[in-house]
Amino acid sequence: MSEVLVVVEATREFGVKKVTLEMLTLARELGTPSAVVLGGAGAAEALSAKLGEYGAEKIYAAEGEEIDGYLVAPKATVLAELVRRVEPAAVLLASSQEGKEIAARLAVKLDNGILTDVVGLEADGTATQVAFAGSTIVKSKVTRGLPLVTLRPNSVNPVPAAATPAVEQLTVTVGDADKLARVVDRVAEQKGSRPELTEASVVVSGGRGVGNADNFKLVEELADLLGGAVGASRAAVDSGFYPHQFQVGQTGKTVSPQLYIALGISGAIQHRAGMQTSKTIVAVNKDAEAPIFELADYGVVGDLFKVVPQAAEEIRKRK
Amino acid sequence: MNIVVLVKQVPDSGADRNLRSDDNTVDRGSANNVINEMDEYAIEEALKIKEAHGGEVTVLTMGPDRATESIRKALSMGPDKAVHVVDDALHGSCAVATSKVLAAALGTLNADLVICGAESTDGRVQVLPHMIAERLGVAALTGARKLTVDGGTLTVERQTEEGYEVVTASTPAVVSVWDTINEPRYPSFKGIMAAKKKPVQTLSLGDLGVAPAEVGFDGATSTVLEHSKRPPRSGGAKVTDEGDGGVKLVEFLATEKFV
Repeated sequence: MSEVLVVVEATREFGVKKVTLEMLTLARELGTPSAVVLGGAGAAEALSAKLGEYGAEKIYAAEGEEIDGYLVAPKATVLAELVRRVEPAAVLLASSQEGKEIAARLAVKLDNGILTDVVGLEADGTATQVAFAGSTIVKSKVTRGLPLVTLRPNSVNPVPAAATPAVEQLTVTVGDADKLARVVDRVAEQKGSRPELTEASVVVSGGRGVGNADNFKLVEELADLLGGAVGASRAAVDSGFYPHQFQVGQTGKTVSPQLYIALGISGAIQHRAGMQTSKTIVAVNKDAEAPIFELADYGVVGDLFKVVPQAAEEIRKRK
Repeated sequence: MNIVVLVKQVPDSGADRNLRSDDNTVDRGSANNVINEMDEYAIEEALKIKEAHGGEVTVLTMGPDRATESIRKALSMGPDKAVHVVDDALHGSCAVATSKVLAAALGTLNADLVICGAESTDGRVQVLPHMIAERLGVAALTGARKLTVDGGTLTVERQTEEGYEVVTASTPAVVSVWDTINEPRYPSFKGIMAAKKKPVQTLSLGDLGVAPAEVGFDGATSTVLEHSKRPPRSGGAKVTDEGDGGVKLVEFLATEKFV
């Protein structure tokens, strides 16, 4: 079977991201999964156990300052060389900002089609995408080159399948043209140990109704009790209640968790665009006519400052 | 500084949006078409740089005839002129082909800085800034929430999932921006009147030296096989809190096995 290249997404803090495990699971149905680690020195060694656990038969690694010290371009160059050499059946990347950007450059280098925000991929290369804020389902296919797709997090259920991957270090030949955008600093702002927003199976979000930044503690508390991530509506972010990287909506993150809890969020189309493909939606809002209730599987009309603390207490009791 | 802002006309994301049943492209005919929201932030950033450092701001749009409305709207915010790439053969172009056309158009404009929105609200594909930079052989500083210009040196704060990266490059470069970077101005009455007289140059594929077979459906690198509307969600149980709303909520979570 042909190799399927899976470009690994990982964070320095938490290691291999769930979307990577989803990609490895998907890759096993299309061919033999090979993980590609593009990162700082020692990255592949740190990640190899987890990658093997989910079926990576091989790990290609390109590491060091030449790769990690510049934005995207060196990674695309290394990946393009690898694709030309191994002629894989498909190349999978995460549908994150960087995943899409690496794929973008690869598409131009190889004059190859690209499909983003893919939620499913069949062996014949037919991809399923969701468009227009989850309102439209699209079947599509790359017609020039190999299937180059970016997978949306929470699309595939990750299933382990142990393998013992051999690590192959790639010779890195990065020219000056790929060193134009230099990363001079990386600053962590993520708070605590909550799961990453787009990957979390539970997301608890707060909106304008939360009232102020301090009150977001209530949202965080419920999220922590459920092992979830915290999100915020645009209204809450614009009002300065919560940082922008946690914004869910048309101009923020798109999330598709098992459970989405909307607190004090009216459910404007801007917000619905980022969360309406969630499996189960729960809403608490004092306005019985709020549009969020049109899509909530369970809604509580009431004051979130009463309902949420009571819910938190009840969860603690049951634990 | 010679700045070019990429502006895309998109169907209003606040209304119902569809793909066409005949050729699977975005239905722009029946939609209320507007400037891609993120591009307004790109225009604002370009104008701020011009105000601080001097230079000229050009709007570049690829799109059908009716994109003229969005070009005039963009010009009413303050840019000096616009270039509209319009050609019937472009209909159905994929992202790879679109980047080829825009790169060719940029090749005629000699920009020090290209600014665009980080993504469009219709495709949300996020690939064009890097595709264009790859073709032009210039730096791409993408996903900026802050941009600083110091002579020919650009520094951005790039939003990431963990926080942000500080990334720097020399001009010429492509910068894409998120909506956290500034607050776009509203066009003034004077601006709206002035926009009507600002020069808008139209370019065809022939002007750019791009063959029709390289773009549109013929040149597309991917195809839509079929599409369907997802069934709308319907609301479920709704209870009014009578002092036990929190407990009831958790009971629901328990039946769904979340607690």
